[in-house]
Amino acid sequence: MKDEVRTETDLKKRYSAGVMKYANMGYWEPDYQPKDTDVLTMFRITPQDGVDAIEAAAAVAGESSTATWTVVWTDRLTACEKYRAKAYRVDPVPNSPGEYFAYIAYDLDLFEPGSISNLTASIIGNVFGFKPLKALRLEDMRFPVAYVKTFQGPATGIVVERERLNAYGRPLLGATVKPKLGLSGRNYGRVVYEALAGGLDFTKDDENINSQPFMHWRDRFLYCMEAVNRASAATGEVKGTYLNVTAGTMEEMYERAEFAKSLGSVIIMIDLVIGYTAIQSMAKWARANDMILHLHRAGHSTYTRQRSHGVSFRVIAKWMRLAGVDHLHAGTVVGKLEGDPATTKGYYDIFREEYNPTALENGIFFDQDWASLNKMMPVASGGIHAGQMHQLLTYLGEDVVLQFGGGTIGHPHGIQAGATANRVALEAMVFARNSGRDIWNEGEDILRDAARTCTPLKQALDTWKGVTFDYASTDAPDFAPTPEVSM
Amino acid sequence: MKLRQGQFSFLPDLTDDDIRTQAQYAIDNGWAVSVEYTDDPHPRNVYWEMWGHPMFDNKDAAAVVFEVNECRKEHGSKYIRVLAFDATHGWESIRMMFIVNRPTEEPGFRVVRQEVEGRNMRYTIESYAAREPEGARY
Repeated sequence: MKDEVRTETDLKKRYSAGVMKYANMGYWEPDYQPKDTDVLTMFRITPQDGVDAIEAAAAVAGESSTATWTVVWTDRLTACEKYRAKAYRVDPVPNSPGEYFAYIAYDLDLFEPGSISNLTASIIGNVFGFKPLKALRLEDMRFPVAYVKTFQGPATGIVVERERLNAYGRPLLGATVKPKLGLSGRNYGRVVYEALAGGLDFTKDDENINSQPFMHWRDRFLYCMEAVNRASAATGEVKGTYLNVTAGTMEEMYERAEFAKSLGSVIIMIDLVIGYTAIQSMAKWARANDMILHLHRAGHSTYTRQRSHGVSFRVIAKWMRLAGVDHLHAGTVVGKLEGDPATTKGYYDIFREEYNPTALENGIFFDQDWASLNKMMPVASGGIHAGQMHQLLTYLGEDVVLQFGGGTIGHPHGIQAGATANRVALEAMVFARNSGRDIWNEGEDILRDAARTCTPLKQALDTWKGVTFDYASTDAPDFAPTPEVSM
Repeated sequence: MKLRQGQFSFLPDLTDDDIRTQAQYAIDNGWAVSVEYTDDPHPRNVYWEMWGHPMFDNKDAAAVVFEVNECRKEHGSKYIRVLAFDATHGWESIRMMFIVNRPTEEPGFRVVRQEVEGRNMRYTIESYAAREPEGARY
């Protein structure tokens, strides 16, 4: 969309006291060519009735950079042209009347190097409650290489994580300990031991397991590490359990992380709700202490799920890759939690690729060069089981942690049997794929064949036969996939 | 005890034909396949002995099976694994790893616990076999 609104060029008029449209103040520049060094954003805007889309886009640019509600003469003490964010393109959203995609460019000097908190305070700090808009969603961002290079990136990265675990060529397997609340440390460690000895690589604390009356954190860490080491001896493999160090203060988190390290844990865990600065601090700690850092995206659905308002998860994923976590949950497609296949592919590409080309059908609106920042391991969890292994491997690929919580602990013949069923199903599926078989179509046969020499897998397949979660997604891409790219 | 390292240690032992198929998958992906053996299977023993260099220019997985069998002639009582190396920028590490030969008896590992201050514990994992000198373990 273009219209006749133009920046006021008569400086006397431009800076006379009073209120002026944002589009006239210089926040709408339809001819602007974004620079390679600009930070770019794409917002979905839903203006209030009667509010012009271009003025709304200019207002978002203004309120996320230099503007306030009225003209201020002090702008003229600055190189204000440079500091103004510039909305440069507004398109109607396909099939969504009243919604527009607004592209905005920000000069690199608007941001403190290496600070997600500063970045987000600018981009989402002020605009989401803005009255002229009914709703606003940050759909995507592009970071210039110069800015990417100011961040540490994932503390460990996929390649080094695999080297440390000595685990290659297959997805990693995990399980969240259940029930997530109420187990004593001793009983909790039992679940960890059984799952790891049965064949999983990882077990995991849940997001709200911190230090509660039924189990204080030191007890959990001590029993879990006994379980990890016993399971490692039982299998000859490196094993890990994500010890959640989330706490009320940074000092307590550091104390818990140090204790995990002193016990020999290979991995610790934090929750998204601790905040961006705390996440970056823990990422630095993890890099300095040879620790894999798992991030549970606790709370994200409060702002990622609805299409019209909030922040897309793909943006959160980009922020977290910059912030420096190694693991992050990213959806399963086939499980119980939100996740359309095309959108989820976009997330996985953001986690794992060195370069993301624009792919509207996956919700990726910009080219993004990651400048050799480490790759982040996606974690798939929530309502998945061994019977879906062919679908999981097809959709999610090899560099992913598949977490079967209920699908391990809920096995009719116990946790070890559940873990073994998952591991055998996984290895059989990777083996079949590498041998050139069509796992998408032959998946069920491959699993049934593998179950002939593995009773636990047969029991798992019988128990969860036909369990699917087939609901329409609330967050699908706006652009239909073309036949060449559809999965 | 069965050593569970590698991609396929929960499946029945691989046949020579299985090894060929998996090695060909690696070759077709442009990865260099190599053969290594050890009598110290500790999970953190990174450097198994190399049975020659990675086969960088080999296009035929039959050559991998041949080398595995040559290695078996000399080290058939030990662990032998096949690896695939990917030299692509951004990876430059191992893509595949699977065990193709193991000792008939696998005595496994013990956990050594050193009780230190408070309830803290220092853990060590020790291979029963590796208590014997190299070459006399299996």
